[in-house]
Amino acid sequence: MAEKGVKVFGMWASPMVIRVEWALRLKGVVYEYVDEDLASKSDALLRRNPVTKKVPVLVHDGKPIVESTIIVEYIDEAWKDGYPIMPADPHDRAQARFWARFADDKCNAAIYPVFTATGKAQREVVREAQRCLKTLETALEGKKFFGGDAIGYLDVVVGWYAYWLPVIEEVSGASIVTDEELPLMKAWFDRFLAVDVVKDTLPPRDKLLALNKARRAQLLSA
Amino acid sequence: MGGEKKGLVLLDFWVSPFAQRCRIALAEKGLVYESLEQELLGDKSDLLLGSNPVHKKVPVLLHDGRAVCESLVILEYIEDAFPGAAPQLLPADPYARAQARFWADYVDKRVYSCGTRLWKLKGEGRAAARAEMLETLRTLDAELGDKAFFGGEALGFVDVTLIPLTSWFYSYEKQGGFSVEEECPRLAEWARRCGERESVAKVLTAPEEVHDFIGLLKKHYGLE
Repeated sequence: MAEKGVKVFGMWASPMVIRVEWALRLKGVVYEYVDEDLASKSDALLRRNPVTKKVPVLVHDGKPIVESTIIVEYIDEAWKDGYPIMPADPHDRAQARFWARFADDKCNAAIYPVFTATGKAQREVVREAQRCLKTLETALEGKKFFGGDAIGYLDVVVGWYAYWLPVIEEVSGASIVTDEELPLMKAWFDRFLAVDVVKDTLPPRDKLLALNKARRAQLLSA
Repeated sequence: MGGEKKGLVLLDFWVSPFAQRCRIALAEKGLVYESLEQELLGDKSDLLLGSNPVHKKVPVLLHDGRAVCESLVILEYIEDAFPGAAPQLLPADPYARAQARFWADYVDKRVYSCGTRLWKLKGEGRAAARAEMLETLRTLDAELGDKAFFGGEALGFVDVTLIPLTSWFYSYEKQGGFSVEEECPRLAEWARRCGERESVAKVLTAPEEVHDFIGLLKKHYGLE
């Protein structure tokens, strides 16, 4: 009996997983969500993704797709008559893919150290994170969203900043995205979080805060 | 900054495997372009700095003056912008496309950076890089399986992503003390098969020249 339907293997606090959920919801696709304990991964997950063993994994009619940005493009192509996630113009598509890579490779690497840095060291890593985000911010100039008047691929890929960065800021006592330093990004945070599919899918803030507080304490005592 | 120059211009560097990906794709599709060799170890050109202000790296593809950066982004752009230029390197089916993108990303994230650690590091660092390189190549060998190409019967997206790095295998073998032929015979055979194609033969740097170039880099980084 062929397996039918859409399943997402994820973890409730993972920003990479939420991208997939936002993309599915934009397309109006009904899916089953399987929450994983990353410390004790299920056989089902490991069977579906033997190469990297990570979440998210999208399983569509029994076929697994991995890597969040690849999954988002797959969703756009598999349900091509739904909401357009990728831009239509080839150059715009290239720009969206370029910035998505930049965010995942450079910005994330610059943001992570803020989580555990303290004192003077924290000020320096915050400045580096702001530098990266300022570069990304140029892609917002003159637009409501990275995708233009409506959210698109790049919004889905970097949208997690809007919800997770304020949590990281609160947990670490740092201030990264401010009106002075990153006005366009700050304004986009508010607009993005007001989008229906986004606000309907966010993990509970108190739970996310508690998890990150605990994680930070663990990393600092290591 | 690229001006309004019509057509395709590739900001290039003779030994860059990333630029070579673009050159192979363009050649396979019969797309005419101008290659502009860049100075990377010295002063970078205004054109390069203006076209790729974020990374200041090659390759950059300029199409009617508009810049596209990052080799895999460029490969996808070529597919999107020239839909009539056969062969399509990505399959039509969304699932097959996702698989191709996954393996291209796997190659892109692992091979070159691991290879760099192989020649930059010594002792434990090098040993770890060696182990990782072997795991990567064996995984790729298994994924290729009995197919002629990663793309199946014909050259595809994953093939184009990995082919330029085959020129670096000789150096990785020397640094790591292993043989691709022995460890991954199917991959070695695939590399030979790809090397016979005109688009590849004209573009790839000879392995010995790559080896010499690494020697140059080692001096540049004060590692000799």
